[in-house]
Amino acid sequence: MYFGEDPLFGLLRRIGKPVAGHRPWPRYATTAGGWRTMIEALGGNGWSLLGLWAEPGTVHAAIREDMAGDLAVVSLDCPDGTFPSLSAARPGAIRLERAIQDLFGLTAERLTDARPWLDHDRWGVRRPLSDKPAAPMPNPPPYTFLPVEGEGLHQVPVGPVHAGIIEPGHFRFTCNGETVVRLEEQLGWVHKGIEGLMRGKPVEDAAKLAARVSGDSTVAYSLAFAQAVESALGVAVPPRAVWLRALMAELERTANHLGDIGAVCNDAAFAFMLAELSRLRELVARTADACFGHRLMMDRVVPGGVAVDISEDGPARLLELVAELRRRFPPLVAIYENKASLQDRTVGTGVVSGSLVNRFGAGGHVGRASGRGLDARRTPSYAPYEDLEFEVPVRTEGDVNARVWIRICEVEQSLGLVEQIVKRMPGAPRNEKGERPLPRVPVEGPGGEGMALVESFRGEILVWVRVNPDGTIDRCHPRDPSWFQWPLLEAAIEGNIVADFPLCNKSFNCSYSGHDL
Amino acid sequence: MLTHILKALRGGPVTEDAPPASRDALEELGARLRTATQARLGRSLSIREVDAGSCNACELEVHALNNPVYDLERFGIRFVASPRHADVLLVTGPVSKNMREALHRTWDATPDPKWVVACGACAIDGGLFKDGYAVTGGVSEVVPVDLHIPGCPPRPVELLAGLLALLETSAGK
Repeated sequence: MYFGEDPLFGLLRRIGKPVAGHRPWPRYATTAGGWRTMIEALGGNGWSLLGLWAEPGTVHAAIREDMAGDLAVVSLDCPDGTFPSLSAARPGAIRLERAIQDLFGLTAERLTDARPWLDHDRWGVRRPLSDKPAAPMPNPPPYTFLPVEGEGLHQVPVGPVHAGIIEPGHFRFTCNGETVVRLEEQLGWVHKGIEGLMRGKPVEDAAKLAARVSGDSTVAYSLAFAQAVESALGVAVPPRAVWLRALMAELERTANHLGDIGAVCNDAAFAFMLAELSRLRELVARTADACFGHRLMMDRVVPGGVAVDISEDGPARLLELVAELRRRFPPLVAIYENKASLQDRTVGTGVVSGSLVNRFGAGGHVGRASGRGLDARRTPSYAPYEDLEFEVPVRTEGDVNARVWIRICEVEQSLGLVEQIVKRMPGAPRNEKGERPLPRVPVEGPGGEGMALVESFRGEILVWVRVNPDGTIDRCHPRDPSWFQWPLLEAAIEGNIVADFPLCNKSFNCSYSGHDL
Repeated sequence: MLTHILKALRGGPVTEDAPPASRDALEELGARLRTATQARLGRSLSIREVDAGSCNACELEVHALNNPVYDLERFGIRFVASPRHADVLLVTGPVSKNMREALHRTWDATPDPKWVVACGACAIDGGLFKDGYAVTGGVSEVVPVDLHIPGCPPRPVELLAGLLALLETSAGK
């Protein structure tokens, strides 16, 4: 607890009125004056801004009191199309506000950077999600990058199509010799209009879109979407489904971390580790396929439960997988730790300070490698993690090496979790035919608003949803952890050499698709 | 590390046998390429992967093709860093409007003869995203496509089968 900190709910009761039907955390409607008071309060304490999104004529901010784990949404109607900017108190809000301006035409007053973000003037429409979409600009000016002045500087533009098998984004490096003086990102290339596509879709169709916000986190996104919808409608999920979901989420985390550790080493020209770790990743993907019928477990978590139960031999296969990884992973970790040529590249490279991750509210391995030890599985926590034993690894160096080590420790933790879940998962009685009924309940209810916070391998995914009484989606906003990590990559590379950018980038492994929506 | 390598040498290769070339993909190719008069490429194919709005699931499976279990390079197929070195563009995603020009420029930069493979359900016709204001609705809306590999995402083995079919046809088998 910070000295003199105002409890979150105390402030919200003063500035706003609770809105009925928002679960599991409350939502308060406030005025422009109340919104400004909230911004002041954000400046004076350590609350996290978890998300900032809009719908026609309204903006919403999700805030968490990190110590207590209290969450709330604050909403502001903006009939004149403007709202006070949060960017001075929380710089992570800058790009979210630019996106709101592009999609909804709502302008953040005193936004420090008012350039478009997702809108590259290619959609044939402006403000596509607002009440009154506008015709495109006849002669749109080219995107202006931040001005750069200085002796001996040169620029290296990279992307959107990159040299490797990765997603598209544009990076504008300004260098002095080999040293990167500044990196500026330009994203939005893979914007698919997911929020617009979800509007009016039945819950099960929207769930398919949620599963494809960022394919590497498909389980986590499906889980977050399902939890949000279930909260909105007051649906209770069968316990077995809750445990199966966690099982899939931990397999996904393990697979991604194994792949990332190998890829970071590969970017330090140590291909051996990539070869070995991609074999382990393949093993996880195949086990997932054998257990749930899809290598990435896409569309397996659905609102109301799960789409498939684990295969008959699944539990045994998973215990075998855990044993196999515990045998094969530690020797590779030892190689990583003892190779001087590898350590030379990762230690001290791409440092992000603790104060910066706190200012931007970065989660996942980016936050935890720089001392920000938050994990949605702990704060605010969700089932079944209260019943499971695991540690949240934290380091303070903030360099590429620390981010690799967070992943290494999380693989070990996830293996422990998979083992615990397999051994303790509640069974389901078989019917007279000897079949196990699918742990899934119908998703019905009078409609409502729901929110969920789920820890993906990359960090906290927030999903906010409003379900109409007829079971269609009125508005859904998925917020990827990358929103608060991408800006820090610009800081991480500063003062490093150009050749270390792939290392830094891979150690973050932000999602382009999850961010661009 | 040396012990690890020795162990790996003793254990033999982990690489699995290739799948048979996919029949559907072969037929599609046959129709499109039978009339093609381009010079044969022999058994070597360079691929430039272009993400044109994918959710990155396809990328994960394309990556898997390069792992030692699938080991794409044994077929003389490899991923290259520049479209100027490529025979094939492997395109994923529904082609977001923001990526349309970049995809077209990449295609322009690829020397003839060249093939375009649309990888995954989105690349075929926009998939789940086709009705959006921000997508064009499939790779063939922007550049001519020679082969479609369905799946969401296609499994590595399906990718391999599709690419092998392309290779065998281009080698004039």
